Amino acid sequence: MIVTHELPALSNGPYYGAYGGRFVPEILVPAVQELEVAYEQAQADAEFRSELDGLLQTYAGRPTPLTRARRLSDALGGGRIYLKREDLAHTGAHKINNALGQALLAKRMGKQRIVAETGAGQHGVATATACALLGLNCVVYMGTTDMERQKLNVFRMKLLGADVRGVDSGSRTLKDAINEAIRDWVANVQTTHYLLGSALGPHPYPRIVRDFQRIIGLEARQQILDAEGRLPNLLVACVGGGSNAIGLFHPFMGDPGVAMIGVEAGGTGIQDGRHAARFADPTRGRLGVLHGTRTYVLQDANGQIALTHSISAGLDYAAIGPEHAWLRDVSRASYTYATDDEALDALKRLSELEGIIPALESAHAVAEAIKRAPQMSPDDLIIINISGRGDKDMHTVAGALGVSV
Amino acid sequence: MNRIQTTFRQLRRTGRAALMPYLTMGYPQRDSALSLVPVIAEAGADLIELGIPFSDPLADGPTIQAASQRALENGMSLKLGLAQAAALRAEGTKLPFVLMSYFNPILQFGIEHIARDASAAGIDGIIIPDLPPEEADTVQPLFRAVNLDLIFLLAPTSDAARVGIVTQRSDGFIYLVSLVGVTGMRDRLTTDLTSFVNRVRTATSKPLAIGFGISTPEQAGQVACLADGVIVGSALVKAVGEATDPVAAARSLVSALRNGMDCHGSTNADRGTPLGAFEVGGQ
Repeated sequence: MIVTHELPALSNGPYYGAYGGRFVPEILVPAVQELEVAYEQAQADAEFRSELDGLLQTYAGRPTPLTRARRLSDALGGGRIYLKREDLAHTGAHKINNALGQALLAKRMGKQRIVAETGAGQHGVATATACALLGLNCVVYMGTTDMERQKLNVFRMKLLGADVRGVDSGSRTLKDAINEAIRDWVANVQTTHYLLGSALGPHPYPRIVRDFQRIIGLEARQQILDAEGRLPNLLVACVGGGSNAIGLFHPFMGDPGVAMIGVEAGGTGIQDGRHAARFADPTRGRLGVLHGTRTYVLQDANGQIALTHSISAGLDYAAIGPEHAWLRDVSRASYTYATDDEALDALKRLSELEGIIPALESAHAVAEAIKRAPQMSPDDLIIINISGRGDKDMHTVAGALGVSV
Repeated sequence: MNRIQTTFRQLRRTGRAALMPYLTMGYPQRDSALSLVPVIAEAGADLIELGIPFSDPLADGPTIQAASQRALENGMSLKLGLAQAAALRAEGTKLPFVLMSYFNPILQFGIEHIARDASAAGIDGIIIPDLPPEEADTVQPLFRAVNLDLIFLLAPTSDAARVGIVTQRSDGFIYLVSLVGVTGMRDRLTTDLTSFVNRVRTATSKPLAIGFGISTPEQAGQVACLADGVIVGSALVKAVGEATDPVAAARSLVSALRNGMDCHGSTNADRGTPLGAFEVGGQ
């Protein structure tokens, strides 16, 4: 059977349907324009491409494997599950793909100083790593709540030579770290590149981050064809800002038979209001503008940005990448959520059944696959993006399980 | 012609620059603006900027961030801010009101509604720091229909192309950001402010108001020689926030700023400063 439905025309921004754009203070307009031009030139430059490809292979360890999850598939008794192993990329998550790409771009633009935000610390570590490799100065802003729950990553960033600055305003998480990184960028825009870590922010960031993360989907597509001779039926990825998800999904956009599910952070439940599920909360998740982009934003009736909660710092953010909002509108991807408890259970099951401890973020995707697989035929193929490894979360997981380490 | 345009026209005739203090509405108390605004007007302000607090004010420094947080805790919102503006008008406050709000609260209020309600509340202009002209195509006609000026900003980083776009699109006046950074007090102003102002003057005859980093009467005096308006925000917010008597603190700071601007003696026009060039540019 051939499934046909009309595919959406893909966008390179600034708009994805009603979403995206460039809602920035005037002072930053020249910087985002300069970035857009520099990015176009870099993309057209074979030397840039080959330098980045070389780093991805010889430094970041790409391609990452596609691992067949036999025991998990058998235990669930449905679809055949594969894991895209971004946890095996250097620094332990997919974030390195974008950090290397943008750091090379910054160097090309003659900017010696990098500022970045980080939630879980994975993007901060990846950025600090890329800066160490390329000899750039690195400042990372991180909410103090996140610094507490991701102590190990704070230490790693410092070892890598980054200046980690705690942010004590608002919810002291990713949103506040982005505010502070943007303020730094505003003040130092002539010398500094803002190395944004997710498919968010003003144009051209959602596009740049997506393009640097497309390597995940490009590899996975070839790998599943090599292993099974056919395309998968379902892709599953967690969605904070949504960079690992868009990276996996995008190369499959033109394959109508491939369904895609993004999994948001359900926290302690939608009713509780303690979550980061922008699409699942009908009262607080509405169209808005945050950090330069128009998208779905968790907010109150007056347009003040809501405080969010997730057991995983990397998903704990009030807005979703604009391209995801559009993919949902055109029904090319669907979105759901997993709660903190479901993510913890999924982390334990994947650890026990496959010997792979996923990051708490990625465990949200595993949780959804655990729900879906039993309803699918044994011939159906599922790819879960294991966007990062769980080592950084051992402190949080132990705490949640009532164990002291 | 609305109050902003009338005010700048009158000031131009007398060769004076406008003093435009900024207040965060709802700070330090929920209803503070009701007592502060009349005093600020009386002490020598020509226009007033009424700031609606936002949870994530990314163009603002620590003073306005903290004030915004407090104001939100006090229950301030766009709706309440407009109600207070209307109350001030009803009690006879005459000077132009320029509303400052980040875009998201305006978007949630509804852009048709804000045009109607702001105008009804006696607001004359709106500054939206995270809405550059390219994203304002829907908003601006709605504002223009009710004679509400949408004021855009320029920064020292703006090149000739940006200067062209912003000066063409901005209504009422153009807000020049004096420095490369966020709001907040600075020890000294940037030295190339003059060349920045001159660059903008060659592109427009619209009034230019300068803000960010201006806190002392001396700085206000320097800026008054260059521009048509002087905007003072963080210094006033800090003064009313720290004082046991916010009204007295506001009166004292605004009077001092006004004196700082006037004590330069002769008028701009007499000195042949760029304000004179502004007249020529208006030909």
